[in-house]
Amino acid sequence: MNNLFVYLEIEEGTVAEVSLELLTKGRSLANQLHCRMEAIAAGANLDGIAQQVFPYGVDVLHIFRDERLSPYTTMPHTSILVELFKKEKPQICLMGATIIGRDLGPRVSSALGSGLTADCTSLEIGDHEEKKENKIYKDLLYQIRPAFGGNIVAWIINPDHRPQMATVREGVMKKEILDPYYKGETVEHTVSDFVKDEDFVISIIDRHIEKSKVNIKNSPIIVAGGYGVGSRENFQLLYQLADVLGAEVGASRAAVDAGFTEHERQVGQTGVTVRPKVYIACGISGQIQHIAGMQDSSIIISINSDPNAPINAIADYVITGEIEQVIPKMIKYYRKNTK
Amino acid sequence: MSCEIRVYRYHHEKTQKNTEKKQTKLTKMTFNIIVLAKQVPDTRNVGKDAMKADGTVNRAALPAIFNPEDLSAMEQALGIKERFPGSRITVLTMGPGRAAEILREGLFRGTDDGVLLTDRAFAGADTLATSYALSMAVRKIGKYDLIVAGRQAIDGDTAQVGPQVAEKLGIPQITYAENIEAIDKNKITVKRRLDNGVEVVECPLPVLITVNSSARTCRQRNAKLLQKYKHARTVSERQVENLDYIDIYSSRPYLNLTEWSVADVEADPVQCGLSGSPTKVKKIENVIFQTKESKHLTDNDADIDGLMRELIENHTIG
Repeated sequence: MNNLFVYLEIEEGTVAEVSLELLTKGRSLANQLHCRMEAIAAGANLDGIAQQVFPYGVDVLHIFRDERLSPYTTMPHTSILVELFKKEKPQICLMGATIIGRDLGPRVSSALGSGLTADCTSLEIGDHEEKKENKIYKDLLYQIRPAFGGNIVAWIINPDHRPQMATVREGVMKKEILDPYYKGETVEHTVSDFVKDEDFVISIIDRHIEKSKVNIKNSPIIVAGGYGVGSRENFQLLYQLADVLGAEVGASRAAVDAGFTEHERQVGQTGVTVRPKVYIACGISGQIQHIAGMQDSSIIISINSDPNAPINAIADYVITGEIEQVIPKMIKYYRKNTK
Repeated sequence: MSCEIRVYRYHHEKTQKNTEKKQTKLTKMTFNIIVLAKQVPDTRNVGKDAMKADGTVNRAALPAIFNPEDLSAMEQALGIKERFPGSRITVLTMGPGRAAEILREGLFRGTDDGVLLTDRAFAGADTLATSYALSMAVRKIGKYDLIVAGRQAIDGDTAQVGPQVAEKLGIPQITYAENIEAIDKNKITVKRRLDNGVEVVECPLPVLITVNSSARTCRQRNAKLLQKYKHARTVSERQVENLDYIDIYSSRPYLNLTEWSVADVEADPVQCGLSGSPTKVKKIENVIFQTKESKHLTDNDADIDGLMRELIENHTIG
């Protein structure tokens, strides 16, 4: 009872990276709270799941096996979580801020009347004092996220409702194996006790997985552009520099919204979180939601015509100038001085 | 002469009406669609004065716009109305009085009706309290085959209200929709986005669909509809604006925009607004970045070459 739960996202028998990252974070939160960490696996091919997740410190693995649970659809997975949570009364539930997590989380929270915070960039445990009622809440989950388009950071709490639910994007938390020999217990549930036949209301008639062509998450060098790049044409300069350096092109949300480049390249709270060796920010002013997704880069170079762009504060190198001037010079020098 | 023409015209109109009648009888399939839309501050164009000195958001400095993905959702509804004439689209929005603008923007593009849910008691609502209020308004609207909404609003980015409204109404949901491929009285076929691909799903009606930014963009306002509806107002707006051509609201009833309060939708006030919100904001921070010691350079050749040399020499690049 009152444990911390992580919903596992599973594709073809493999647990998603984001779920493993959440198990790592969940383990440390559970240790602080002196509670157990439990995980939920619902799907068809689940034989290898225990082996994959126990090393991350899972104490109890709840298994729901049914061919119809994979691929994921909303209602059956909702029923599993809602019914399980009514029995287990978890204090915290974490899930990935993926398309699945953002489809499932709100539905579950609505059914349970509990609060949910989307796209958290940090999770902490702490107390809260309600001065008006003279009440102290111990060990709440602080759900910390940029809000309002990334212009502020909000600390959200759920004082009175359980579970405290939060979603987190892939790459925000770091996954780390706790102990390769860690052993938890496995609980096999009877799916029909949780899911009604009517829940299988959606039929998937076609589904194809497209591996993303863009892989900015694992690129050691990123050349990223913001609204200040000015146009889709100017963005070509970034592609040229990236090509020469063997880098990937990233973008701020403003640049994506303006149609300069595609959404898969968006870096930030509502995009991808990256930690490259070098991050070259071109014409990016630096809203918090963007900074949240790239601040752990080893070296940050900011190229901006505005010497007071907020991103300059976290940059190692600040080049004040127009990207049309600067980028060709960088390309020229690099070509001349490397093999 | 003029008389003859009139007779002819009358006759022509009559035959046209008859054929229309026949056609609609043959293909009489119409849908009642509700669009959930939100007026949001334009967070994409935040200027330097967007934050007040105390770190709170200066809403007055931001223009209020139709949430972009809600526009895309409305476009999906308008597409269905085009394919199935006689279908009815109602836009439902919750917000302060000025959010009635959203309803007019809908009418200018071809929706049929609009409801503004407005009440001080809704203030401070998180996604759950918002969903509760919207679901009560949907119940009051009554008959619907389909509810569409944007995937998320740009001021919160939570993507929670759509699924939560669906849950409260006890209907299925299809999120991240890119296109409504087909619809008939029994089912709807929707193409939706996955994290790494696409999926086509089928679902019986009624269903709630949230529309992704990758869907087609919304049509522009229609000039005729703009003329027709530009004076459409809610009761409160008419009081505030003190309109002197007030008689048009009785002669043209379609200019009256519906406005509902907590009591109108028979909502439980405790479940609305701040008291109905399980999440609380503990604090808001205007983040001050961990400032690094930066090296400042200009765009002249010597500076750029120096930087590149440094990066190559310490094997950061190359």
